[in-house]
Amino acid sequence: MAYASKSPWVIHYDGSSCNGCDIEVLATLCPGFDGERFGVINTGNPKHADIFLVTGSVNAQNIDVVREIYDQMVEPKVVVACGICACSGGIFHDCYNVIGGVDKAIPVDVYAPGCAVRPEAIIDAIVQGIGVLEEKAAAMKSAKKGA
Amino acid sequence: MGKSTIIPFGPQHPVLPEPLHLDLVVEDETVIDCIPQIGFVHRGLEKLVETRDYNQFIYVAERICGICAMGHSLGYAETVESLMGVEVPRRAEYLRVIWHELSRIHSHLLWLGLAADAFGFESMFMHCWRLRERVLDIFEKTTGGRVILSVVRVGGVNRDIDDAMLREIVNVLDGIKDDYTKIMNTLLTDTSVKNRTVGVGFISKEAALDLSMVGPFSRASDVPYDVRSFGRGAYGELSDFQPVTDAQGDCFARVKVRCLEVLQSIEIIKELAAKVPAGDISVAVKGAPAEGAQASNVLEQPRGECYYYARGNGTKYLERMRMRTPTSQNLAGMATALKGCDLADVNMIVLTIDPCISCTER
Repeated sequence: MAYASKSPWVIHYDGSSCNGCDIEVLATLCPGFDGERFGVINTGNPKHADIFLVTGSVNAQNIDVVREIYDQMVEPKVVVACGICACSGGIFHDCYNVIGGVDKAIPVDVYAPGCAVRPEAIIDAIVQGIGVLEEKAAAMKSAKKGA
Repeated sequence: MGKSTIIPFGPQHPVLPEPLHLDLVVEDETVIDCIPQIGFVHRGLEKLVETRDYNQFIYVAERICGICAMGHSLGYAETVESLMGVEVPRRAEYLRVIWHELSRIHSHLLWLGLAADAFGFESMFMHCWRLRERVLDIFEKTTGGRVILSVVRVGGVNRDIDDAMLREIVNVLDGIKDDYTKIMNTLLTDTSVKNRTVGVGFISKEAALDLSMVGPFSRASDVPYDVRSFGRGAYGELSDFQPVTDAQGDCFARVKVRCLEVLQSIEIIKELAAKVPAGDISVAVKGAPAEGAQASNVLEQPRGECYYYARGNGTKYLERMRMRTPTSQNLAGMATALKGCDLADVNMIVLTIDPCISCTER
């Protein structure tokens, strides 16, 4: 990826994370790590967002919420699983109320492991996500031309 | 009397990093009732004691909540130590309290930032989180982790802090204190902050006691209850400890109490860092809790009193581990404070109880 054609906005949702990854996601967007230098801004509205940052695993109560937010986002969209719980369930994988990683609910494009995930890993994942976003946008464009 | 409408608040809401769902029953712009719905973060951690032995469970205990991680590992370790009659070295007690108070500073700074964001003061949010990074740097230097520290073990602590590092901690805290005082003065004197917080979400002292509220939420309603004043562990060595209270009982009082508690924690750390005793940092813990042995413990988390209970069954696995967290105590107070408030003040009131949903639901 040589350049990004747009500034991607992110939306954050806490699945059943312990907060450790959530505060690291917020810390990433704050001056210490300055995720905003990539044009990233945190939004509360799924319809404005391009990248979906999910922390924590999915359970019976929140799986519908995760799917709902994903469905409300406009194509092209990228899902980043932040933290080991979002990737696979992590330390809670054998809890009775944990279904597993976020990929049990929605397709995940980038995995950022760590407990808690480090801000550097989130920045890496977001930059990788921007690349995926560009590819998806290009694929949509060529599909439109073909049709 | 207008027609009442139900407005859903959350679970995905920009003001809270965590999922909390409230059904707000509103008439015109006034909230007349609030029905909290929880369970989005429930994982079933208490059940995990059956498959993790008491040494392994400490890593689960600190992942109850990433903000109060240090507090939960400390509370769990103290409970198991009293279950098994383990005497912790004095140096370990001091180091535990130093880390615990540092985590209180980081938690309150995080909260102040979120609260500022809730009333639209976004630059203040950034400033609070910038200061918080310096506390996290201390964590990273002394333990290797930023939010999950994994430093407490049953019988002591895993890592020592040497004298040079203790001096550095005090220096960093002195630096933070100057910057922080400026931020605090802005928060406590700014008119726009007062317009949003003074008189909002009032809870009287009687109501606070009736609703069993804990932590800064109750101390802002003039209830001088703070577990640290019991003087257990290294807290007993402090020359003076008075809980920070305020009589106003509104959102502004809660901001003020937490602001002053940060300064109090800085003073506690500075005092304890000067007199950390020499010696071992942990003792070897052998054997298992006796069958039927029970222990309970309270600890002042950044959000208030947290209660722990453990029961042994003669094996390395505990029979039962139970905790009652401050936010579950405070939810009734929050629902009371929300009744009769303006719809625009809801996010401010929800934030001033400093809800920690993942502690509550576990």
